[in-house]
Amino acid sequence: MRGEVTLGPPGPPPTGLGRFGAFGGRFVPETLVPALVELEGEFTRAWADAAFRDELAGLLGEYAGRPTPVTECHRLSERLGVRILLKREDLTHTGSHKINNVLGQALLTRRMGKAEVIAETGAGQHGVATATACALFGLGCRVFMGAVDVERQALNVFRMRLLGAEVVPVTSGSATLKDAVNEALRAWVATVGTTHYCLGSVVGPHPFPWIVRELQKVVGEEARAQCRDRLEGRDPDLVVACVGGGSNAIGTFAGFLDSPAELVGVEAAGHGLDSGRHGASVARGVPGVLHGARSLFLQDEHGQIAEAHSVSAGLDYPGVGPEHAALAASGRARYESATDREALDAFSLLSRTEGIVPALESAHALAWVAREARRSIPEGATVLVTLSGRGDKDAAQVADLLAAEREG
Amino acid sequence: MTPLEVHLRARRERAPLLVPYVTGGFGAGWTDVVRAAAAAGADAVEVGIPFSDPVMDGPTIQEASHRALASGATPASIVAEAARLDVDVPVVVMTYYNPVLHAGHERFAGSLADAGIAGAIVPDLPLDELDGWGEAATAAGVAPVLLAAPTTPPERLVRIGARTEGFLYAVALLGVTGERRDLAPEARGMGRRCREATDKPVLLGVGISTPEQAAEASSAADGVVVGSALVRILLEGGGPEAVGEAVAELRRALDRAGPSGSRP
Repeated sequence: MRGEVTLGPPGPPPTGLGRFGAFGGRFVPETLVPALVELEGEFTRAWADAAFRDELAGLLGEYAGRPTPVTECHRLSERLGVRILLKREDLTHTGSHKINNVLGQALLTRRMGKAEVIAETGAGQHGVATATACALFGLGCRVFMGAVDVERQALNVFRMRLLGAEVVPVTSGSATLKDAVNEALRAWVATVGTTHYCLGSVVGPHPFPWIVRELQKVVGEEARAQCRDRLEGRDPDLVVACVGGGSNAIGTFAGFLDSPAELVGVEAAGHGLDSGRHGASVARGVPGVLHGARSLFLQDEHGQIAEAHSVSAGLDYPGVGPEHAALAASGRARYESATDREALDAFSLLSRTEGIVPALESAHALAWVAREARRSIPEGATVLVTLSGRGDKDAAQVADLLAAEREG
Repeated sequence: MTPLEVHLRARRERAPLLVPYVTGGFGAGWTDVVRAAAAAGADAVEVGIPFSDPVMDGPTIQEASHRALASGATPASIVAEAARLDVDVPVVVMTYYNPVLHAGHERFAGSLADAGIAGAIVPDLPLDELDGWGEAATAAGVAPVLLAAPTTPPERLVRIGARTEGFLYAVALLGVTGERRDLAPEARGMGRRCREATDKPVLLGVGISTPEQAAEASSAADGVVVGSALVRILLEGGGPEAVGEAVAELRRALDRAGPSGSRP
């Protein structure tokens, strides 16, 4: 299998101090600055090093199961009147795109001579992927997870512990992903000499949004080539992915930036954009600084960060990666949203029409396509949707929600 | 030289500097806590403007910040109340960058200056990102106080020392704010390194909780910042008097230790 995965050439680094247009940067306590400078240098060297790239490509092939296929959805396409292709990140080892990033960061950790990794997790997919890579490389692993998410993602908590990771429940703030990042940053401040912070999305201080984009763009590069094979050399009309912090979307978009395809990120509209309970940071956020980067964040009129809400723990974050903020500002990508209800419907729809149970996160991208097909998406258009993960982790939660609805 | 630096330079000749921290907006009587700290021998007082996501703070200050925000405190309300403090030592605020950015650099700096606030510590705004805020603060006469950390390389430490105004906040350990059983082993080395890098006043903070730790730390710096140990008193139900007594005890320990002597 080795050699099947081809990594594209390094993409352009951000300009200045990690800037994507007006967004990005390195807004962190002084304690962390030298570690981020070191990481930036190490990644720059590693990413230009053929041996590092070969080792990563080998792992992505033999261990993670890449390349992942693109699946044509015949029954769903017929139903919606648009042609739907899925990029199947749900088929990777550990069941989501998160593995692409952590294998690269685990190699970087070893390269820097660090013995322990810390990570944050929302739905638990990044935590499981990190715990997996740490088991593979013999690294210590501590995962910070909001106490609310520990409850709603019990299966992933068990998986992380099984893999040898320590799961640290975080009770501060809203006890979700935002607070898990806060606590991971605090832990990193205290252990920065010996620990690597394996950030799971395209958020955080420079160089993380850049590193994670580079490690995830294999998704978009593969999908571009696979679409061309299937579409007689054409690109899809639309490329759609869900956006929490936005790593699967950035990885997907990176492969299509220079194509004519329209790029659409789908955020969590929760109970509705006007309900005050959602995770739509591009739609309703304003520029601010959180977790080390200038980007768009949900916040109140005094600059206090608001609590996000989504049925999906992975989208329950009040901000978005800085490159998404820049893509929204430039107009190269546009950002739409889907509600909890629509995502739950799409979760069932894909299961019944295609025999594929999507992660609730990915179900948001499908939900937007299902709503807009034959409306803003013209009949017969070709739509590539990144299925960022599989829905096994969500089965118990969705079963409870549907049961509660039936009981009314 | 800012008035804050002039004041601290004069005071450090007498005895090590003591800067207590109080979370602004935490409890209706928080301004009385500041007054009690000032009256008990503080050389300046640091007032925290709470932020929802304080990544440089441990559980004690997180809890006080959370309670202050839950009770309706805002950056503007705290600055307005600070304007009426009428204490005879400088007041410095500590907050995070998002509330500053949200208010706007010039507007926030202007509001601090109007309230008579002498300086501002923004721990998630390091040297490399300081520009917009640093210029606005300096122009308004509010000292932008920078932090140095045990991980800061020597050449960078010199640049931080050159850019900070008022004083240099020397982080005494690898970690976030909070009480520790012992003074961190790296604390005194950190103080010495900072004093070699700048002749501006160097205050050691983070993990300095007891009078003994304060005295020990002050041998290698111009003084100390004490936060969580005082905020804990408030969380446990203590008021201005209890905090005043704790500050007085710190003051006595530092006075006994005496000025930390000639600088390198």
